[in-house]
Amino acid sequence: MSEKTLAPSQLDQRDASWYVDKLVQILMFVGGISAIIFIIGIFVFITKEGIAFLFEGFSFTEFFGSINWRPTSSNPTYGALALIVGTASVTGVAMLVAIPFSLGAAIYISEFATGRTKETLKVLVELLAAIPSVVWGFIGLSIMNEFIIEVFDVPIGLNVLNAGIILGLMAAPIMTTIAEDALKAVPDRFREAAEAMGATRWQIIRQVIMPAAKNGLVSAVLLGVGRGFGETMAVLMASGHAINIPTSPFDSVRALTATIAAELGETAQGSEHYGALFALGIFLFIITFIINLAADLVVRGIRKK
Amino acid sequence: MVAAETRTKVLEVNDLSISYGPKTAMSGLSLDVYENEIFGIIGPANSGKTSFLRAINRMDAFDSQMNVNGSLRFMGTEVSAWRNDYALRRQIGVVFPLPVGLPMSIYDNVAFAAKLRGVKGKAALDEVVERCLTRAALWDEVKDRLDSLGSQLSGGQQQRLTIARALSQEPTLLMLDEFSIAVDPVTTMRIEDVLKELKKEMTILLVTNLVQQAERLADRTALFLNGSLIEIGYTDALFEGQTQDQRTKDYLEGRFG
Ligand SMILES: Nc1ncnc2c1ncn2[C@@H]1O[C@H](COP(=O)(O)OP(=O)(O)OP(=O)(O)O)[C@@H](O)[C@H]1O
Ligand SMILES: [Mg+2]
Repeated sequence: MSEKTLAPSQLDQRDASWYVDKLVQILMFVGGISAIIFIIGIFVFITKEGIAFLFEGFSFTEFFGSINWRPTSSNPTYGALALIVGTASVTGVAMLVAIPFSLGAAIYISEFATGRTKETLKVLVELLAAIPSVVWGFIGLSIMNEFIIEVFDVPIGLNVLNAGIILGLMAAPIMTTIAEDALKAVPDRFREAAEAMGATRWQIIRQVIMPAAKNGLVSAVLLGVGRGFGETMAVLMASGHAINIPTSPFDSVRALTATIAAELGETAQGSEHYGALFALGIFLFIITFIINLAADLVVRGIRKK
Repeated sequence: MVAAETRTKVLEVNDLSISYGPKTAMSGLSLDVYENEIFGIIGPANSGKTSFLRAINRMDAFDSQMNVNGSLRFMGTEVSAWRNDYALRRQIGVVFPLPVGLPMSIYDNVAFAAKLRGVKGKAALDEVVERCLTRAALWDEVKDRLDSLGSQLSGGQQQRLTIARALSQEPTLLMLDEFSIAVDPVTTMRIEDVLKELKKEMTILLVTNLVQQAERLADRTALFLNGSLIEIGYTDALFEGQTQDQRTKDYLEGRFG
């Protein structure tokens, strides 16, 4: 056989790069699958711990309709309404704070800042996102508490307003990052075309860029909401942790997450109280799952366009 | 060149130079463009044609790299002296080489500039949209789907949408930068016919890579080469061989390089 004409069997050899490729594929698969397995595992665990309660002590109307969360009374009741409203009201205030801050910052970074300023700001925002939540809780407990008492002349400063502001400041950096990504993804030729027509900066942002980035901006907000529902430590420290349906921002409330964190250590494993806390956990899991799913579907919407 | 010009000068350019950082893209450019003419600019890549257009509508304001020196008057006023550069740009329609359908409906794409200029009311906007789309030879193809996204049209349709949008500014000066790159020959011819009509109402600056397009459309033509003006002349005369610079003759005859 001449050297130049190779038989098909000689051409078709598995070489090192073929094996490396297969190996990487397998590793990626294992990595991806294990993430999914962990999530399913967590859900199964929470459900398993809460399931007995859901079938025995659980009353749908009590859980969602009563504000009496009295797990330790001699005749215990498990009404989660006040906790749900507490979490929702804190998250609501947080979004009022975080949406203007994060959108404003994202627009500034993406559309106005250039060069050094832009890079510095991006790094700063990422640093802010890395501040541990207990530090934010501490700021709420000490600085914000006194500030609210001083400024609004109210007896306690640990309330919906305090927790909402703290949570809003916490959520803003990650929302800024996502919103900025969405704005950055709008191609420059759209900006140039609108500039050439004589649109002002603000007209371009309002009428061209924000509509084009709408889905990304919405998903930034939804992720912020998800963060608000799930945050525990800062809310525990800043909200006052009192079971209460708030009628003003100066009322203390208690959050779902904070309740679980504060009480789980004191309950006997397998007790009714223990099961009830896991029922709260299942509820939270479902809510955050829905919010994240919504955010994901919205983001998918962008890609389709 | 020619005996006393009495027409209004839309553009008066004197010793204009343009640079990006240390790199010079255009130097020593002097020329006048008169009202209601189609002024063609031809020249190979990198000759500074696009840079010249960008200088006219002050796009240097958005590009910290870009530097413009010398005198560039639009309607008698230095463009750098316009106190409202947005108002300047609203007077000048630009069509870029590659189509840019803005990510909004076809209707809004065309109504956008009209709204910027202060046109209000659905009836008035409807009228602008229909007139401009018709002129850009696009109306028949899109009149039944004005609400769908402009960015979802075909490339050639988007380019005509861009032209319609530029027309909706009712510009004094319309600048087209190699507008037919993404348009089929038949549509190109239709748009060329429209341009001949439009020159009754406005001045057109036509940058083109197609020498024949300049021949068909331009009243006068300028050749740019490597950031300098080589020659300006009446298009007919240039194509009949009455060139002053051998390079112009070579370029027009496609013997260049
Ligand atoms: N935004 C920019 N930043 C930096 N340099 C630029 C920019 N735009 C153009 N240049 C430079 O200016 C020179 C002239 O470019 P210009 O786009 O004006 O050429 P042109 O004649 O339009 O070419 P073409 O026919 O390829 O469009 C080129 O060397 C280019 O690299
Ligand atoms: Mg060009």
